[in-house]
Amino acid sequence: MPLEAHIKEHPAYFHRFDVVWTPTVVILDPNGKERHRIDGYLPVEEFRAQLELGLAKVAFMSKDFADAERRYAALVDHFPNTKTAAEALYWKGVSRYKLKNDHTVLSELPEMFRQKYPDSIWALKTAAWEH
Amino acid sequence: MKVHWLKDADAALAEAKTNKKSLLIDFSAAPG
Repeated sequence: MPLEAHIKEHPAYFHRFDVVWTPTVVILDPNGKERHRIDGYLPVEEFRAQLELGLAKVAFMSKDFADAERRYAALVDHFPNTKTAAEALYWKGVSRYKLKNDHTVLSELPEMFRQKYPDSIWALKTAAWEH
Repeated sequence: MKVHWLKDADAALAEAKTNKKSLLIDFSAAPG
């Protein structure tokens, strides 16, 4: 569901949601809890990937790990060349691990990142799971 | 596809909760 908050029409919303810069997009879960924030302008593909990331985070934080894994995987498939894809690949693996409670899932991630996103910060985060 | 933008935050939050939907808020200062 989309809500528009223009600074001239609803300045109070900026204070209420701690927004101090525009454009900002905030994604809240159904209970009104913030799960993702996009600050500043992005190229269209990156922005679309960020929106999908936000919805995947909503699923992850509600502990619906099957839905989260599906959403992160779809993001990686549809937007593989975005910066956001690396983050999605990381959380796809974590969602899978949470779903299956299988450590081998995590140990496969370092190689996956070496092949796909070796320069991302998410590759560094998977290094701890190296054999 | 035309997007139906809501304008009232409290109403949007209530609707999101009722319908178990995520809520996207677009904060803008762009000239209309």
